[in-house]
Amino acid sequence: MTIDTDDRTIDQALQRRLIEAVAQSMIGHAEELTRLDQAIGDGDHGLNMRRGFEAVLADIDALAAQPLPLSLRAIGTCLVLKVGGASGPLYGTLFLTLGKEMPDVPHPADAARALGAAIAAVMSRGKSQPGQKTMLDVLAPVHAELLEGGEDLAARLKARARAAAAATVPMRAQRGRASFLGDRSIGHMDPGARSAWLMIEAVCDVLGG
Amino acid sequence: MFWEAELANVGIVIVSHSPKIAEGAADMVRQMVGSSVRVAHTGGNPEGGLGTDVTAILAAIDKAWSDAGVAIFVDLGGAETNSEMAIEMLDDKRRGRVVMCNAPIVEGAVIAATEASGGSPLETVKRAAEELTPEA
Repeated sequence: MTIDTDDRTIDQALQRRLIEAVAQSMIGHAEELTRLDQAIGDGDHGLNMRRGFEAVLADIDALAAQPLPLSLRAIGTCLVLKVGGASGPLYGTLFLTLGKEMPDVPHPADAARALGAAIAAVMSRGKSQPGQKTMLDVLAPVHAELLEGGEDLAARLKARARAAAAATVPMRAQRGRASFLGDRSIGHMDPGARSAWLMIEAVCDVLGG
Repeated sequence: MFWEAELANVGIVIVSHSPKIAEGAADMVRQMVGSSVRVAHTGGNPEGGLGTDVTAILAAIDKAWSDAGVAIFVDLGGAETNSEMAIEMLDDKRRGRVVMCNAPIVEGAVIAATEASGGSPLETVKRAAEELTPEA
């Protein structure tokens, strides 16, 4: 019984650090994301993500105290309601689905399965696929890496996310506002790919990569 | 009675990133169809800047609600994604009676409202608006 309580306390502390790390990263990189979005979108990605994750941080005590699936769903709802741009429903759907699919105490295999389902949900919400210069171009390769499992996973996931985000630079946008630019979207990193990379990096840093 | 006609006709919701565009488009629709069709509009993110707000979209659907259904018109990507999210958040009874129309926001809403004012069902209203969109 005591051990159970202790385990739960550790989970809560870790959960809190994870949420804080992701939220702080989004808030801290708001200006960079906005600059990327000004190049090929409508320039609101950083501000929108900051608004969403400030709302998440404001609720951090409750979010840390809930079981992981509920907490993820609450974050998703918060993003849907607060973000205001397309990234709200897209990242909202990602977190809502992770919450639906993740068990209370996930193993890497659970995380991989849940991320796979969440990516499918984001694809359906955005009517998009990898290769179209979106956040999916980071999430899909990261998912593939996660499925491989093995040693040094956190560091490998970070490296994969970084490379995948960089690979969106020469892509031509086919979804979202950037698609209006056609060939002029080439040569800029996709802001959604950058925010997805930042999230992966924040999670992996906490989990020890 | 006139309010019965209002309830029987398909309602129109206009969702723009800009509160001014949403309001202006709704004004143009009302000028065409008066009070025979319920029209609601919303624009702006939760802080009032350019963007869209799922909660406000849900409120607009409620305001324009008719048992015949509601047709939604949007401008750019985020308005579409947020409107789809709002539709999914509706209760089971309403969800199936709200559709997104793939049409220009002003022209689409005006044509749809004109169609709706004649008592056409939701599918006909949607089709009338979408005929404005050239085949991709």
